[in-house]
Formats: sequence, structure tokens, C-alpha cells
Amino acid sequence: MSAAPRTATAGPAAHVLSVSGLEKRFGATVAVDGVSFEVGRNEIVGLLGPNGAGKTTTINMLLGVLQPSAGTIRIEGVDLAAERSRALARTNFAAVYAPLPGNLTVSQNLRVFGLLYGVRRLSDRIEALLAQLDLRRFRDTRCGVLSSGEQTRVALAKALLNEPQLLLLDEPTASLDPATARDVRAKIRACAAAGTGGVLWTSHNMYEVEEVCDRVLFLSRGRILLEGDPRTLPGEHGKATLEELFITVAREPLALEGA
Amino acid sequence: MMTLRAGRVFAVVLRQWYLVRGSFSRIVPLFAWVAVDVVLWGFITRWLDSVAAPGGSFVPTLLGAVLLWDFLARVMQGVTMAFFEDVWSRNFLNVFATPISIAEYVSGLVLASVATSTLGLAVMLSIATGVFGLSLLGYGLLLVPFLLVLFLFGIALGITGSALVLRLGPAAEWFVWPIPAVLSPFAGVFYPLATLPPWMRAVGRALPPSHVFEAMRAIVAGRAFSGAALAWGGGLAVLYILLASWVFVRVHRHAVRTGLIARYSAESVS
Repeated sequence: MSAAPRTATAGPAAHVLSVSGLEKRFGATVAVDGVSFEVGRNEIVGLLGPNGAGKTTTINMLLGVLQPSAGTIRIEGVDLAAERSRALARTNFAAVYAPLPGNLTVSQNLRVFGLLYGVRRLSDRIEALLAQLDLRRFRDTRCGVLSSGEQTRVALAKALLNEPQLLLLDEPTASLDPATARDVRAKIRACAAAGTGGVLWTSHNMYEVEEVCDRVLFLSRGRILLEGDPRTLPGEHGKATLEELFITVAREPLALEGA
Repeated sequence: MMTLRAGRVFAVVLRQWYLVRGSFSRIVPLFAWVAVDVVLWGFITRWLDSVAAPGGSFVPTLLGAVLLWDFLARVMQGVTMAFFEDVWSRNFLNVFATPISIAEYVSGLVLASVATSTLGLAVMLSIATGVFGLSLLGYGLLLVPFLLVLFLFGIALGITGSALVLRLGPAAEWFVWPIPAVLSPFAGVFYPLATLPPWMRAVGRALPPSHVFEAMRAIVAGRAFSGAALAWGGGLAVLYILLASWVFVRVHRHAVRTGLIARYSAESVS
């Protein structure tokens, strides 16, 4: 560990996340192909793309559970490969495919993960999140018996425990009804606006992306094809809506190469 | 320099405590099967005492050996059970995306095992002493190194078993349960190593428990035993823990490189 390069720690880094030349190969298959991007403070960035585009592979690399084949990831200036624990202490995530253990209660899960993330004044933090996400009445309920919406809110509470500078959300509103999804979006936006961190958000719901994201990155076949404001990007490429643009990316990515 | 954060280690232990304290199906196995074993062997030794030549006693040799071997098995299972909880609840992604290091995670599994195996030992001792008159005090202060060597080797087996399941997938847990049974013929739990053919004896000498059971039989028979051999057993146990930890780290690195952690239930990403 002593040989690890020291990274900027004197002040806050300009970006909460800086990804450079990120690549992941599985044998001959290239899942992520030289991706570079940043997430700024108080910025919500949408990572969009069809199934198999490399979104979840990218997020897994940002979470330190998948080793990149090449490239660097800096979270608040801390190199993830060199200082994994320091970098991950500034990060958290919620994903529809990673529910919290269903055999622990809401408060037990939050306490265990709060300890893992080294949260100070943990009891106060848990109480604040239970109130913020309307989970007080489920405090002693096992997560496994909660509805999808309630489980999503618990996963979000876990993701916000350490007040992460980088919050990764992989389809956080998938499987939620529209009313619950809107409620969850509002809570995430409020959290992003209140702190100094940034959010990387994947979703297949283009209405949601337009509503929430400041900037979007379109990923196709492991590469970033387009980048821009979700409200103006469709018009820049001759499309009426973000959904139309998404479908073009999914079906005719070559038509947009070099755009 | 690697430092362990107590809070993260405690988190792994606390998770196990939450699970065990509220679960009848987790509490009972901590002592039920070892208690059954002690009762079974208690009656066998009682019967053997009644038919054998007067003066001898099978209680300290056979029942003592069963108790100590079951302690080792409980230690191993204490580690693997705590690990399996993450397997069963598909929790790897959540856990390994936190700042916890592998050393902290494995330390948490070991501490969880200390608690559960101590309970199992206490129940076994109560039955063996109260019902069948086994007195481990007969081993004197040597009981401490006996238990220590078995504990350390049980930890090594537990870490190895966990690494095996991490590498091969959830279904591989069935390879882990029989490990103590597979090793027991080589370890000379119930008979001297001299009973074994040379190749099995060589394997046995490489297993730390064999040195414990040889020393135990020597004490019961009133013979001198080799303290150096017991110390060698302790050294071997420490070596196996280091080896097991190295294997676990290697397997974890492989899992991170191939994406196995993120898609663990698939079992076939590599």
C-alpha cells in the first residue's frame, strides 16, 4: 500500500468521479471499450444504453467488484485501484438486482451497512434516513417481506447512509409504480441538491431521465456514442424525443457514430 | 501497511448475531448434532468399559477425542456458516462494494465462529462431564494448547471451505460439510497414527490434530508425550491459516477479475 500514488486530498476534487480510458474485456468480448467521462458536484448524470451496452459492467467497475482491463477510476481524486477502501468509503449504490438481505430487519441492515461504511453517529443517521424515506413503521420489519417500493426505499436509505460523494443508481425505479417512482425520484433529487456529491444514474425510462438528469451519456457496444443535455440532445440529432434517440442508438448506432 | 478497522469486523459479527439470535433453525445446529455425538459415544464408551478388562477407561480416550474433534468441526462450520449467509442472501455485491477489506471480512467470520463454537463446546462439555463423567481437567493445562491447535486448524479449514464455495459457486457447499469426516481417518482421532499404513501416516503427520490426539492418548495412558510434536502441530496450524488466507485472497481476486462477485449466482462467468 505504501507504493500507492498519493492523490489529491488537500481540497475537494473538481469532479466526484473521473473515469479515463476504462476498458473491460471478457476473453475476446469487449464489454466496455475505452470509456472516459466525469461526474461533477451536484450533477446527476444519466448513463443510458440498450441492454448489453456495458452500463452495469461500468457500474460494477466503479464499485470495485469488477477489475477493469485498462483505465483509471478516481472518486474524489482517490484512485480506486490503489486505495480501494478510501475510494469506496466515498461511494454507495442502489440497484434493483442487489436487494439487502431479506432475513434482516430494516434497522438491522442499516446498522450493519452503516458500520461497514464507517458512518459516525450511526443511530442518529439511521433515524434521519428512516424519517426521510418514510420507513419508520418498517424499522423492525424484515426486508424480505416488504413490497418492491418499500425495498427500493430501504436500498436507497442504505445508499445514502454514508452521505456518499458518488451515488451510483442502477435502475433505481425499475419495478416501481409511477407514483412511487416519482416519489423516489424526488427524494434522490433532493439528496443530490442538498450535498456536495454527484449521481450516476442508469435507467430505461426516458421520461425519468429527462426529468432528473442534468446530462446523459449514451453507451452502445461499450463505447460512449453521445453526450449532452437530455432536453436538447434529441433535437440536435433530428429526433423528437429522448426515447426516439434511444431507439436509434439501440438499433442503428452506426448512424450516430462520430455525431 | 494493512490496518483492520474494528467497526467493519464488528459489522460482520453483528450481522451473524442478528441472524442467530432470532432463528431457532440457526441456534439448534450450534449444539444439537455435537450433543447427539457426545451422547452416542458416551454410551459406546460406557459399554466398552463394561466389557473391557478392569482398570482401563475408554471415556477419556474415545469420548474426549469425539468432543475435541467435534469442537474442530464446529469451529470450521462457524466460519463457513457465517460466509454462507452472504451466499444464501445473495449479498456479495452489497458487502464487497463497501470499504471492507478481505482481511476484515475474514476476521469477522473468524470472530463469529469463536462465539458459536464456544457455545457448542460448552454444551458438549456439560453433557460429557455431567452425564458420562468425562473430566478434561485430567489433561491439565495441556487442554489449552489442545483446544488452541484444533481451533486454529478449524479456522484454516473454514477459510478454505469458504474460498472453495466462492470459487465454485453455491452448490459447492456440499464439498465443505464432509471435510472433517474426510480428514478424521488421517488425523488418528480414535487410534494411534502407528495403526495407519505409511502413506496415511505421512498425511496424518501433516495434519495438526494428529499431534493433539497423539499427546492426548499419551497423557491418558500415563506415558510421556512430545511437547515438540505438539508445538509442531501448532506451527502447522498457523501455517495452514496463512495458506488458507492466501487462497481466499487469490480466489477473491479471481472473482473480481472475472466478474464472479457481481454475478455470483450464475456460477459460470469464468
